Amino acid sequence: MMEDIQSITILGGHSKSGEAEDVALRLVPGDLVAVVGPTGSGKSRLLADIEYIAQRDTPSGRCILINDQPPAPEIRFDMGRKLIAQLSQNMNFVMDATVAEFIAMHAECRDTNLGETGLEELINSVVTQANRLTGEPIVPDTPLTALSGGQSRSLMIADTAILSDSPIVLIDEIENAGIDRRQALDILVQNQKIVLMATHDPILALLAHSRIVLKSGGIADVLESDQDETALLEELQKADAAILAVREKLRKGERLSGSAFRYAEFLAADSI
Amino acid sequence: MKLITVAGPPSSGKTSMLLRVIDWLKEQGLKAGVVKFDCVASKDDERYRAKGVPVLLGLAGNLCPDHYFVTNIEACARWGQSLELDILISESAGLCNRCSPFIRHALAVCVIDNLSGVNTPTKMGPLLKQADIVAITKGDIVSQAEREVFQYQVRKVNARAEILHINGLTGQGKERLGVLLAQAEDIDDLDGRKLRFSMPAAVCSYCLGETRIGHDYQMGNVKSIAIPDVPRPEVS
Repeated sequence: MMEDIQSITILGGHSKSGEAEDVALRLVPGDLVAVVGPTGSGKSRLLADIEYIAQRDTPSGRCILINDQPPAPEIRFDMGRKLIAQLSQNMNFVMDATVAEFIAMHAECRDTNLGETGLEELINSVVTQANRLTGEPIVPDTPLTALSGGQSRSLMIADTAILSDSPIVLIDEIENAGIDRRQALDILVQNQKIVLMATHDPILALLAHSRIVLKSGGIADVLESDQDETALLEELQKADAAILAVREKLRKGERLSGSAFRYAEFLAADSI
Repeated sequence: MKLITVAGPPSSGKTSMLLRVIDWLKEQGLKAGVVKFDCVASKDDERYRAKGVPVLLGLAGNLCPDHYFVTNIEACARWGQSLELDILISESAGLCNRCSPFIRHALAVCVIDNLSGVNTPTKMGPLLKQADIVAITKGDIVSQAEREVFQYQVRKVNARAEILHINGLTGQGKERLGVLLAQAEDIDDLDGRKLRFSMPAAVCSYCLGETRIGHDYQMGNVKSIAIPDVPRPEVS
């Protein structure tokens, strides 16, 4: 077993034009960081550098430290446990198995000896967690390939949070998932993961504790969220809830009138 | 010159991966060429040519692709040397999983993709078992858990290889593969070197062009499938 991860540190390299990045960002378990910037600004490169635990040997020249030190080669180049989990936008389940079988298989490859009751508890906790993220509940004996897009994403996130060994989670664009994004991030962070997510979504960007700003291939800035932004986030979340509520009403075939925000309040009142 | 043997099922992403790695090698000042072995048809040589990579295409046609490989690799290596390549990559597709084109002391890379199913690693023979490096591709389109399960299955078959996750579309992971290729052992001459795994004994009438089915047409090396006795229905 690998030692515990207390921190990762991103040491700046340079932008595409060779400009030096003045960055030394240290992240600890439970941290949630957004990576923002226009398309082509280098968000994926940054995530790739972290995934590769770059040692100034990628085009960006960045260096990633684990527990304040360069990683030992066996940590860097696999041999079993993966340090970093990745969730990307276009992921699917391709396995020919039910949800329960899949969770059992994943548990098996972590060589945890659970026993039958332990395994059942584990399956339940992953499914329960997944169902917090999606409107359409998942049942353990559903085949994976029959899950909807939202259900798949929910299960992937719950599984990564609970079952994946990887202490660091990289997320590329979670917004098109049709799931409760806030809850999704919450369960990852609660499980003491270090989460970095590339995003164009203002709510997700503001939910993060800090955000890395990328410009033409380089880290231009690292911003901490402040009180003003927290207030703005609340406003945006209300608007988001209103849109969701209106969407629900439309799906049920109802007519709408008046302000969108009142629907959000109704939804909050009768959904739980 | 280094000789690297890369093999894997068709459409597992070998060429896409290699194009990325060759780019990286070029940046390090290393000149790589490719010989592509396939069975019936391939357009991959055009993809290499378009990138300015010296390439040979060999189609096995009527021959067993592994036999075709082993009888031609030496000449291909001489071709690579005449071009003063630093690295010659032999890329084999269209294999039956019975054999592998891996040669002792030449770095052996198996390419296998995450979409091929969790049981595929256990179905593969020496191609996976005897590889020095296993490159797993298409990880961007499956879940994290499936990647972990798939890697676990690969590890069960080959406990020794370094497993790499490579994305042929973005090139993610190419640097490590590039480093390993650049560190590979040099090979001056293939004459007298050995394959890592023998090829099947298979001289039978069908090898010689027979197409008819039936006991009378079968000659040479024939092996029968084991079928349990079927109990006869009781007569009343």
